[in-house]
Amino acid sequence: MWTELDTWTALTAALAAMACTVPGTFLVLRRQSMLGDALSHTVLPGIVAAFLAAYWLGIVGPHSEGGSTMHFVLLGGAVAAGLLTACLTEAVQRFGRVENSAALGVIYTSLFALGLLMVRLYADDVHLDADCVLFGAVETVVLDTVGDSDVPTAAVLNGVVLILNLLLLAVCFKELRLTTFDPDLATSLGLNSTFVHYLLMAITSVTLVAAFQSVGAILVITVLVAPSVASFLLTERLHVMIALALLIAGGSAFAGHGLALWSPRAIFGNLGFTTVDDSSTAGMTAIVCGMVFVLAFLFSPRRGIIVQTVRQSLLGFRILCEDCLGILYRSEEANSRPTGTEEPFVKASVPATLRGRLACWRLSLQGFVAGTNGTWALTDSGREHAEHLIRSHRLWESYMARHFSLPDDHLHEAAHRVEHFLDVPMVDQLEQELDQPGLDPHGRLIPGRSVKEVTEANHSEGESDLHP
Amino acid sequence: MFLFLIVFAIPASTFAAESNDIVRVLTLQDYNTRVVLLGTLLLGVTSGIVGTFMLLRRQALIGDVVSHSALPGVAIAFLIGEAVSPGSGRSLHWLLTGAAATGLLSVVCVGIIRRYSVVKPDAAMATVLGVFFGFGAVLFKTVQELPTGNQAGLQQFILGSASTMIASDVAIIAKATAVVLVLSLLLFKELSILSFDEDFAAVQGWPVGMLDLGLTGLVVGITVIGLESVGILMVALLITPPTAARFWTDNFARMTLVAAAIGGASATVGCLLSAIVPKLAGGPTIVLSGTAFFALSMLFGTRRGIVQGWLRHAANRRRIGRDDLLRAMYEIIEARLVSANDQSVTENGLNISSSLSGSEATEEESALFAEQAVQISELFNHRSWSVRRVRQVIAAAEREGTVRIDSETGWRLTRSGAKIARRAVRNHRLWEMYLISHAEIAPSHVDRDADDIEHVLGAEVIEQLEQLLASRVPAAIVPPSPHPL
Repeated sequence: MWTELDTWTALTAALAAMACTVPGTFLVLRRQSMLGDALSHTVLPGIVAAFLAAYWLGIVGPHSEGGSTMHFVLLGGAVAAGLLTACLTEAVQRFGRVENSAALGVIYTSLFALGLLMVRLYADDVHLDADCVLFGAVETVVLDTVGDSDVPTAAVLNGVVLILNLLLLAVCFKELRLTTFDPDLATSLGLNSTFVHYLLMAITSVTLVAAFQSVGAILVITVLVAPSVASFLLTERLHVMIALALLIAGGSAFAGHGLALWSPRAIFGNLGFTTVDDSSTAGMTAIVCGMVFVLAFLFSPRRGIIVQTVRQSLLGFRILCEDCLGILYRSEEANSRPTGTEEPFVKASVPATLRGRLACWRLSLQGFVAGTNGTWALTDSGREHAEHLIRSHRLWESYMARHFSLPDDHLHEAAHRVEHFLDVPMVDQLEQELDQPGLDPHGRLIPGRSVKEVTEANHSEGESDLHP
Repeated sequence: MFLFLIVFAIPASTFAAESNDIVRVLTLQDYNTRVVLLGTLLLGVTSGIVGTFMLLRRQALIGDVVSHSALPGVAIAFLIGEAVSPGSGRSLHWLLTGAAATGLLSVVCVGIIRRYSVVKPDAAMATVLGVFFGFGAVLFKTVQELPTGNQAGLQQFILGSASTMIASDVAIIAKATAVVLVLSLLLFKELSILSFDEDFAAVQGWPVGMLDLGLTGLVVGITVIGLESVGILMVALLITPPTAARFWTDNFARMTLVAAAIGGASATVGCLLSAIVPKLAGGPTIVLSGTAFFALSMLFGTRRGIVQGWLRHAANRRRIGRDDLLRAMYEIIEARLVSANDQSVTENGLNISSSLSGSEATEEESALFAEQAVQISELFNHRSWSVRRVRQVIAAAEREGTVRIDSETGWRLTRSGAKIARRAVRNHRLWEMYLISHAEIAPSHVDRDADDIEHVLGAEVIEQLEQLLASRVPAAIVPPSPHPL
């Protein structure tokens, strides 16, 4: 089913998509993503005005099809309209103190309405088929080829735009990056942020118009933004982001065309709509882009929400396991004390919930605890592990008690949270800084040194208030 | 902005209809005009109100997302309808339901992306818009290839056709706008607090999530209803009137009213224009009327309008120039009197006749100052002024009667001018002394700061300064400058 023509179609779509992605990445980072949609509307008045002007000046005939002169006239008009949109939006935003998106909304709807009216008003004088001028269709690009070869003109056009964009990107990468992330710094370093802004607008307009003419607006407004947004979720490096976005855009175009070929029979045929045997490549490409975005949104290694949820629940489980160790250690400690010498110890037991049981089961697998259902006891290796935890906890309490003037009953909560994140070197450092205290602020023994050692140390310091 | 007006003023005259036709349209004698006008008017007013909330929530472009995302809904509704019973898929209610469903879904998607990822709101909107629109394109292509799928009924949803509106359409619009209006009025307080400070609303215990969804529902409802008549340009009715209203008021309730009025007015003007000149399509004409109102508001708005801003700026500049001139003349004359009388500037300042007090002393002193002439060259030495600026401020002050001409190059203060000058100098020095004593700023640095602020010190602040410095500055006296002039 996939013929050579399909390859050319998909390749054209891919080239157009990749060309759009280059400026699109910067639009996304500059929080101007809606500009693509706005420009896709405002090129209409630009094209109509340019065509009318050229017609009145006698440069072109009354029909809008064909001719390279016509191409350049329309391209010029569209680019001018794109820049006009950017300028007017800027002006309304600055002089009217209107929020950026509202200014954009006012301007692009007005210009689009103007374009629609112009088409209506002058339809009698000239033949201007807005659909044909504005919105090419990917499916038809193979009809218009370069010379006798099979290479579609649109593929060449978009390929050239892509190469120009990449060249410009290579040359101005530093400037674009700086003005995107920190325009004030760029200005203070002598870079003209405004110029770069309008340069980007011009590039965006040229790229969009070239793509509109060959593959249509639907594909363009999606591939301008969606691949960049998806790759924004996947990486934190600008050059990686651009490379990924290019890859996503190109891949989506091929996958989109494949889907457009396959889906009508597979989906609609089975639903009983047998007459459907063709689908929109542009639309399918948009859908593939959307799916890539959803995948990135869910499974991005750093930011995917499912990845984050799993990571968080794993962390929660680890903390629960450690808490269980802590509870067992404390109850062992309380039981070993001679009766009568100790304040009542609130006996906490391992939580009897499902998660609690799971935690104990895992600890027993690790060999940290032993016992049967409900009653667990620490093994030697478990005790070692628990000692580190309790040591972190009590040292942190001591540290807080010394350096922050907090009441004693405020120490536990903070230490309870932080005990899971203190490693051995950090704990040793704490101990050194606190001059190796033996007891925590609540008077309990800090594990790590023997009881005898601590008792002697305290004796030598002349303290008599001892705990065994 | 006026370009727009001009552009469609020219063709309007080219195609000008018979004058009795115009009268016919303007007096609403045509049934059709009445129907279309009523429908678009309702839409304009309601979208003005709903749009105000969205503007303040910085989600002005959400209508754009909804209007693109409604397309797959229309196609899905059509397909389901055809699958259930062929021929029923084109019921308007059913198509609108589908449009509203995917429209709402798209806004919810935007919300989820904003809530659960680092993607910025604009990128989230653009992505959702593109993907839904692409999905719509796929479905439309499919619909087109169905034997029953002649697009005629569906195409309307993209460009809209206000002029073909019929009574049943208006009935739907009326019902929908009534619901939206009642809801937004009932929930006005809640929606305002949501629009201004979502976190505060949450802390106060309002069900922010539900309110947000409700407001979204209103936007989606009005957009979908409008899509069918004015098409994708419905977005403009949601954005332009509220943005224009912002130029007229700072009060939220009033802004909503103004937005409703502008929305209604642009709908009326656009509708009537397109009825008079058949070539002007309804939707675009309404949008451009809205743009014209926006341009007028941006220029002449009484709160944030550009002209009003210029006027206020010019008035301020004039007053500051006047104050600066009078103060400079006062200080020059003061220095001259001090050296002439060999009077050291003491605690009592330049109170020449210390036996007098209060207003008498002021009168006396003003008379003394009004006797002296100041040369323009002295002014140049005193302050870094351009020649043009000095001419300007002197001319303005003369018109005002605070200075009068003495000789070719010399000017005198009038009595009233001397009094104003005295007040300006006093305020300036009070602030300088305040900075020195309370903010511990070096005497050599206070002149510039005081220069900036002396023009905006109100009577209340002066009183407070006097109280603070009472031990060092007796009432009604101009204290000596704390630094060399």
